[in-house]
Amino acid sequence: MKAGTLLAALDAREAKRQCAFVTDLESGAGMLLANGKAEGALEIGDALKAEVDAALAKGQSRLVEDQGRRVFIKVLVPAHRLAIVGAGHVSQYLTTIAGVAGFDVTVIDPRTLYASPERFPGATINHDWPDDALIAFGLDRNSAVVTLSHDPKLDEPALATALKSDAFYVGALGSRKTQEQRRERMKAEGFTDADLDRIHGPVGLDIGALSPAEIAVSIVAEMIDVLRPEKKGYGKS
Amino acid sequence: MNDIVPGIDDDVLSTAAKWKGEGREVALATVVTTWGSSPRPVGSQLAVDGDGNFLGSVSAGCVESAVVEAAAEVIADGKPKLLEFGIGDDQAWEVGLSCGGNIEIYVEKVE
Repeated sequence: MKAGTLLAALDAREAKRQCAFVTDLESGAGMLLANGKAEGALEIGDALKAEVDAALAKGQSRLVEDQGRRVFIKVLVPAHRLAIVGAGHVSQYLTTIAGVAGFDVTVIDPRTLYASPERFPGATINHDWPDDALIAFGLDRNSAVVTLSHDPKLDEPALATALKSDAFYVGALGSRKTQEQRRERMKAEGFTDADLDRIHGPVGLDIGALSPAEIAVSIVAEMIDVLRPEKKGYGKS
Repeated sequence: MNDIVPGIDDDVLSTAAKWKGEGREVALATVVTTWGSSPRPVGSQLAVDGDGNFLGSVSAGCVESAVVEAAAEVIADGKPKLLEFGIGDDQAWEVGLSCGGNIEIYVEKVE
């Protein structure tokens, strides 16, 4: 592999774009498909191009046969993104634990004393009001939103924005009673039960979590739980 | 991006690029096939430098040392290698997979 190809792939990943390395395992010739452009020595025909497109669509690397040769398609998927609303104690643990799990984390809280670089080293911080911040964040199928502020003034505009997006996970801290009260308020704003059923609340898998760190683990576990339903049960039988 | 677990999967390629940028020789190993139960999925990668330093993983630690040895040859002659490890393999007794699966690993030099 050429060092330049490697750098181009890293640039694509940095820009949150998927790309694929395609390598002929016999000759070693390779090419990079990024941003709809192919570069490299390997010639790819229509059949192999279709295989690469299928691998990109699934976000999964795979080996394929093409004209009697074995070709490996390595798909580089950008990290899943997590927007955390509220910069309290649980958020600090969630930022670290989700970061270790591979999520690209943004912390949103207009209270600058809470959402400070000292408390959230390495995370992207946004001090705008949560609905504006989430619009700027650009929620997509690759994104998760977790509200942890305990303050409806911050959490509910964020949830309203999240429910209008394709975010793969929307979670909200709060007891069952808090969840019910919020549901009634948001229904009055026009959200349906089906919309509101998308909210995971009380947030996190039910693993008996008590401490802020354990709650953060349960939230990360729940995000992974909804991410790959097709993989569930694998190796467990 | 991740200071807590150095060399987690996501960082393998950027580490390979960084090493290369520092003038070190670098090889990349990639899991290209798996049969049966195997610890790391297809596409998992390991970066190796000319001194045998490595980052990332292609198994649960069972075959990494053999991959690092092969990487030294790939770095020396520039020719890619396809390695196979599995329980049915003679090598299995030395470095084989604890879980009973088979894997193929492609090792190439970063030029």
